[in-house]
Amino acid sequence: MKSLLKHRLAWPVIALAALLLLNQVFRPDFMSLRMQDGHLYGSLIDIMRNGAPTILIALGMTLVIATRGIDLSVGAVVAIAGAASCAYIAGSPDPGSPVTAATAVLIAVVAGLALGVWNGFLVSTIGVQPIIATLVLMTAGRGVAQLITGGQIVSVSNDSYKSIGAGYLFTLPISILITAAVFALAAVLTRRTALGTLIEAVGINPVASRLAGLRARNIIWIVYVFSAICAAIAGLMISSNVTAADANNAGLYIEMDAILAVVIGGTSLAGGRYTLVGTVVGAFIIQTLTTTVYTLGIPPEVTLVFKALVVITVCLLQAPKARNLLSRFKAAPKPAAKEAAKEKVAI
Amino acid sequence: MSPLSTLTPLTVKKPSPARNRLRGGARYAPTLATVGLFIAMFAVGAGMYPSFLSGQVFLNLFIDNTFLIVLAVGMTFVILTGGIDLSVGAVVALSMMVSATLLQQGWNPGAVIVLVLLIGGGLGLLMGLIIQYFDIQPFIVTLAGMFLARGLCYVISLDSIPVTEAFFTGMAQAQIPLPGDLFVSPGVLLALGIVAVAFFVLHHTRFGRTVYAIGGNEHSAMLMGLPVKATKILVYALSGLCSAIAGILFSFYSLSGYSLAAQGMELDAIAAVVIGGTLLTGGTGYVLGSVVGVLVLGIVQTFIAYDGTLSSWWTKIVIGGLLLVFILLQRLFARKAG
Repeated sequence: MKSLLKHRLAWPVIALAALLLLNQVFRPDFMSLRMQDGHLYGSLIDIMRNGAPTILIALGMTLVIATRGIDLSVGAVVAIAGAASCAYIAGSPDPGSPVTAATAVLIAVVAGLALGVWNGFLVSTIGVQPIIATLVLMTAGRGVAQLITGGQIVSVSNDSYKSIGAGYLFTLPISILITAAVFALAAVLTRRTALGTLIEAVGINPVASRLAGLRARNIIWIVYVFSAICAAIAGLMISSNVTAADANNAGLYIEMDAILAVVIGGTSLAGGRYTLVGTVVGAFIIQTLTTTVYTLGIPPEVTLVFKALVVITVCLLQAPKARNLLSRFKAAPKPAAKEAAKEKVAI
Repeated sequence: MSPLSTLTPLTVKKPSPARNRLRGGARYAPTLATVGLFIAMFAVGAGMYPSFLSGQVFLNLFIDNTFLIVLAVGMTFVILTGGIDLSVGAVVALSMMVSATLLQQGWNPGAVIVLVLLIGGGLGLLMGLIIQYFDIQPFIVTLAGMFLARGLCYVISLDSIPVTEAFFTGMAQAQIPLPGDLFVSPGVLLALGIVAVAFFVLHHTRFGRTVYAIGGNEHSAMLMGLPVKATKILVYALSGLCSAIAGILFSFYSLSGYSLAAQGMELDAIAAVVIGGTLLTGGTGYVLGSVVGVLVLGIVQTFIAYDGTLSSWWTKIVIGGLLLVFILLQRLFARKAG
């Protein structure tokens, strides 16, 4: 039991379980899933579907953070990807065809790739601090997205495109399946090949890893490109879910949610060891939190306060200093108990 | 603020002139580049639009950005220690909401201002304490602070609350005449006063030198026996206080409180500080540079307003581009100096 509690995923999983349980207590039908028109419905599916973009971005963010970096530009990449694909569909001669949708997806992914290469270039080749390098795109990116859409909300009507964010396949929402596929790909690539170890090596000590003959530059490049592509796919999901590209609000603050998911999941912002599963759990915690606010009947405007308190609590629980304090606290009663025992003996 | 009262004269031995000149040159270069850029932009504006070249256009840069100047001052302290404060925009909004709500209920404006400053400073102090004593990254703590402050805004009200109180409207409309038919708002004087105080504190007090020392090398600063802990906490409290003052100034400017106000203002503040020549790794930079950084951001907006055909999103793209140029410049200088 003790060793289980010491596992790095223990606290995030306990927090998620507690949140789910809380929901179950207040709404007995919370966990139930039902089939309707061949689709699975239920609160759990909703949580997964609404959380899909955040999970996706958080996966990319995990690898970036593992190299001691951070990617603030993901929200802007979401906006640019959505804007580019929707603008293409709206402007194409055949806006309803699947081919147009496929081209739009390709455009979004290529845009993500290019933006990731840009971030990676600034961080690895120029040697700019990651937080600043990605701040450039975070600031300018939304402007670029507005430039693409001409400041308008571009709405599209293309069934194939709509299915990315709102469609179903094998009774499950397609967005969940895409996210699962990206997760599996990332997990296999980083845990079944040396890539994961290399990423951790760069994060733990960039200089040492370079001296060890590791091409740290390329590794850093790879993680930023991966992060931006994840963000671009998330941008496709978000824009296809509402069949419109909103350059101002698509993916607003999603970088914050993604970073929180990574931190709550147990990956340290200082780089090095990371956990993809933890990140997924962290993203679920954040999404469940939002759902919980609705379930408990808390006014939605309190959500942010609630989120802030949970984030601080989780961070405090994970901080080594706070843990030391806690363990000292736990250790303190022991001598008292011994004394009590002594007293008993004396009696 | 004990560090202010414990003024000590500079007793450090002066380095040799040649070395001083070299280091001094590299140090001032980014800030001087910003000043040069500002002058060039103003000249281009004057060339393109005859009415651009007026004292009032220049003063309007201050009048329209008083709050950003104050925010950038607080942010400069934080960034000089190598930290970052993402909560400033949300604290500005919270300050506006609190003051608008309380004024609506008939509170005394003086009491409201004192309370708002206490809330802002208190929130900053709390974040500083968590950052220092639990050793959690400033990024995450101030991010949570941002959520908290923005969330409290929503709790207070989702609607925009107008400010009709006499003192606030008086401050909004007041114009202080200057020679040559020019004028500034009282907020400008307040903001410049804060800049002056910050300049004095950074360059002539023990607290200011500790801020630079922490940014240079926190471990060395600690080994030197400097009050690293207290300074790091104070810096965040100071930034919170500046955000509250900026909130009051923004209330003077906009005469309302709105929970979505000042969104993304933390980015503007960070951009102003970076463009002003402060290194984000800490240790190097000037508060006056940050003020010029704010003016550069202001002139970009003025340009776009004057042009009329350019859409508002160009502001973001240009600011992002400027940010990039200055980051690359910093890398260049850092390499030369290193």
